[in-house]
Amino acid sequence: MAGDIDSANTTAVERMTEARPVLTGLGKALELIPGMHENLLLHAGPPIAWEQASGPLRGALIGALIFEGRAGGVEAAERLIVNGEVQLAPCHHHSAVGPMAGVISPSMAVYAVENTTRGNRAYSNLNEGYGKVLRYGAYSEEVQARLRWMHDVMAPVLGAAIEACSGVDVRALLAEALHMGDEGHNRNKAGSVLFTRQLAPHIARTAPDPATAGAIIEALGDNALSVLNPVMAACKAMADAAHGVEKSTIVTTMARNGTEFGIRVSGLGGRWFTAPCPQPVGLYFPGFSAEDGNPDIGDSTITETAGLGAFAMAAAPAIVTFVSGTPQDALNATMEMYEITAAEHGAFTIPQLDFRGTPVGIDLRAVVETGITPRVNTGIAHREAGVGQIGAGLVRPPLQLFTEALEAFADNYGF
Amino acid sequence: MNDLSAQDGAAGAPSTLAEVRAGAYYDSVVLMLLQRALAGLPGILDAGVVMGTPANKELLAQSALLTEDLQAAAPEDLILVVKAASKSAGRAALARVDELLTARRSQQTGAYRPKSLASATRMIPEAAWVLISVPGRYAAAVARDALNLGKNVFLYSDNVSLEDEISLKETAAAKGLLVMGPDCGTARIDGVGLGFANRVRRGKVGIVAASGTGLQAIMVGIHRLGGGVSQAFGTGGRDLSHGVQALSAQDALRRLRDDPQTDVIVIVSKPPAKSVAQELMSQAASCNKPVVMDFIGYCSGQNEGDAAANIHFAGTLDEAAELAVSLTKSADPVCGTEQRPFSSQAWAEPQALPSPPPQSYLRALYSGGTLAYEALYLLQDALPSVSSNGPLPGGRLLENPHRSQGHTVVDLGGDAFTVGRLHPMLDNELRVRRLLQEAQDPETGLILLDVLLGDGAHADPASELAPAIEQGTAAAARDGRTLPVVAVVIGTGGDPQGLDGQIERLKAAGAYVFTRHDDAVRAAASAFSGRGYGRSCRPSQLGPGPPEASEDVHVSSSLAAINVGLESFSDSLRDQGAEVVHVDWRPPAGGDERLAGLLARLRQ
Repeated sequence: MAGDIDSANTTAVERMTEARPVLTGLGKALELIPGMHENLLLHAGPPIAWEQASGPLRGALIGALIFEGRAGGVEAAERLIVNGEVQLAPCHHHSAVGPMAGVISPSMAVYAVENTTRGNRAYSNLNEGYGKVLRYGAYSEEVQARLRWMHDVMAPVLGAAIEACSGVDVRALLAEALHMGDEGHNRNKAGSVLFTRQLAPHIARTAPDPATAGAIIEALGDNALSVLNPVMAACKAMADAAHGVEKSTIVTTMARNGTEFGIRVSGLGGRWFTAPCPQPVGLYFPGFSAEDGNPDIGDSTITETAGLGAFAMAAAPAIVTFVSGTPQDALNATMEMYEITAAEHGAFTIPQLDFRGTPVGIDLRAVVETGITPRVNTGIAHREAGVGQIGAGLVRPPLQLFTEALEAFADNYGF
Repeated sequence: MNDLSAQDGAAGAPSTLAEVRAGAYYDSVVLMLLQRALAGLPGILDAGVVMGTPANKELLAQSALLTEDLQAAAPEDLILVVKAASKSAGRAALARVDELLTARRSQQTGAYRPKSLASATRMIPEAAWVLISVPGRYAAAVARDALNLGKNVFLYSDNVSLEDEISLKETAAAKGLLVMGPDCGTARIDGVGLGFANRVRRGKVGIVAASGTGLQAIMVGIHRLGGGVSQAFGTGGRDLSHGVQALSAQDALRRLRDDPQTDVIVIVSKPPAKSVAQELMSQAASCNKPVVMDFIGYCSGQNEGDAAANIHFAGTLDEAAELAVSLTKSADPVCGTEQRPFSSQAWAEPQALPSPPPQSYLRALYSGGTLAYEALYLLQDALPSVSSNGPLPGGRLLENPHRSQGHTVVDLGGDAFTVGRLHPMLDNELRVRRLLQEAQDPETGLILLDVLLGDGAHADPASELAPAIEQGTAAAARDGRTLPVVAVVIGTGGDPQGLDGQIERLKAAGAYVFTRHDDAVRAAASAFSGRGYGRSCRPSQLGPGPPEASEDVHVSSSLAAINVGLESFSDSLRDQGAEVVHVDWRPPAGGDERLAGLLARLRQ
């Protein structure tokens, strides 16, 4: 019977690694995201109620309602949610992912990625860059102005550029970026440059005027995270392809809402396994310390789920300083993840490991057996809304999630 | 689940403090290092860091370290206990436990340490052997993994069930693989010692051994006599039983039969099951090479008449070595052993031992199980009655292995002493304690110790045993008693500890040092029986031998192996020039047996 598990896992992982996510366009969440409606806000991580939401998530929800014109301020926004007039749902329930708070509201622009192998689609919002940004819970006028420019000016041009270049092959872009020192989660410097380079000529051609073109190219090129959101949507498309395989113990979702860490498993349908989020361990920007940090937050763990991020750490020795490590530690981080994964990625390879494929397809059984939990590279948010990023580091989901999921799996399939 | 308890007294008075950590697992080497580190802290008089097995609790009780709270500790609980000059010193020491544990971990930087056999195999696919020394209850599963990966197994772990042993060996046989063990301490493959093994020359003698220290004594004997070893396979002590039917020994014998480097074969074991012995002898008879059998007292003499012409019986381990070397040389008509005495050093064994006082007894404290067994065999006719924790058939079993009774031979490497604790060849602590305990007993007339050198063994046993010998004899002297201590050192000049230095150190402490085990035991027996020392002057130990050239003791080897368990085994393989990948092993599911069982179902 356990042979069934192995073959189910092979199927799941093949679907994940053979997925070919292509960024096909950009449009309004309300029009693109399945199940999106006027009174729905999507957020990162497993399901959560307002009462349990942490500072950054609350701030982002408030900011999104202000952006939508549904609320003038904090109290009005809160009332809409508490009254149930506006509902909350995980991005993951709607084929979407978002970094940090991950809030997506109906009129926001979202990237659309299609897995050309199986036809499934995934979505993510636009990246705002650094500083005071909605994804860290900032909702001031400055943040609103930035969001408006992105949606009114940047998004139409970007969408046209993406269509003009017949889509961006995100898997190919990531494969190249890994050879340039990215790991696809905390370090997307090379990928963002590749992304900007590919779109720039088309932006120049489709923008209404050179000043607008310049501003958009500048925004993309200056932001070392501009490709993060398309990358996350691509990873979501890959992970979703592997979801729903009967008897598979492969983890297809890892996500945090700032309060709880949640995982889902290919063979266990939509069921979440959740536990309180741990605090990341890492390096804090000057003036901040662990006391200021919020418990871990964001859907960006979808990158690790798909065999990138901390799993590809060996490719990105430049960022080991976040956990005060050495380049050898970066190699060891990836080596450790091979212990809990079912396969090595055919498309994502690591020069430093003699072009070995990245570890991919977290096997629940291997996690429980070895006690090795997945590594996650992560940004650290301030616990108060709107302060923003205060550091970066490493976090691991609690082992208990995997133990519970394994027990549920055994129950479900009668082992 | 921490539980801090204290006995005896206020902050200023000596007190014993203990802590129990439920379900914590650490390598027994780590526990030993931690115990030493704790014992070395200011104000700490004694320390114990062991898993809470009944045997370990008994040992703690012997050292007055078993507090009431510790009685309830389970085998999977880690016990931390200190006897301190004051309660505050004890608390301070226990508070440093985590720091001492992590200090060790943080030293382990550098190359990746795989967590599983599968990833180790990927790092070193050419490895043909897997060494396993994890706690017994996990060992069979690891061995099964190794066999499934197509590897031969050296299974050092003990406390593996008979059913598991049989099924592992049957699986191995079906795959054309060899399982040495469980409870296999020693082997020598392609010139590299596995586990506890001495650095001996490569040569023409192949050995099959159901006994680790027996194998060591024979290999060392062969080397001392100028011979060398081609391959030495261990089988584990139970292999020649009815249940296992010598599955490993037969496979090993076949390998030696087919090995062109092997001219002479030695088989050594405690007395096997009769039918198994017969089957093995008929297999030996048909292998067209001289075969020396040492079944430790069982076969010598009585069966020789029935045996095939190529089978020779030896009475002791040292005699087996002598026979084997002389048989390899019998092809060369000019010289047999006795004509060409050989010794690695200008060194003569003691001529005689002082006579112990009347009403006193021999106390033999062994680390080597087969040596202890051979001692019982050699002593059975010389001394009226000898008790042991592993007696000969019909012999006297010690009521309590921790307490000697009359003449006593105790094997401190016996299962009862090693559950969740290091073998006495690695950790002298238990023997030092026992030696001091015996020295204080007015009934103790003579103490006999074996000291095994070689890879895998303690790096400098004399440095810990010699002071204990000095302390013990001094304590006896204060009571007006003379307490001779006999040490038999099993080792070669090539061993990492250095044979000569170990002997010198023990002699300086007042010990009577032997290098042949049978001689040492006979000398001890003669001291009690007053009959003088029968074989005081062996030709083989006198006179200059051929110079110990820088022969191929350190020959580079192509052996590649994976080690799971004791890290010292990896270190010694590396020292010998073998390729080795060490697995940073942890019990499946952190030792949670219910989850581990569930995982097994999900893996099968």
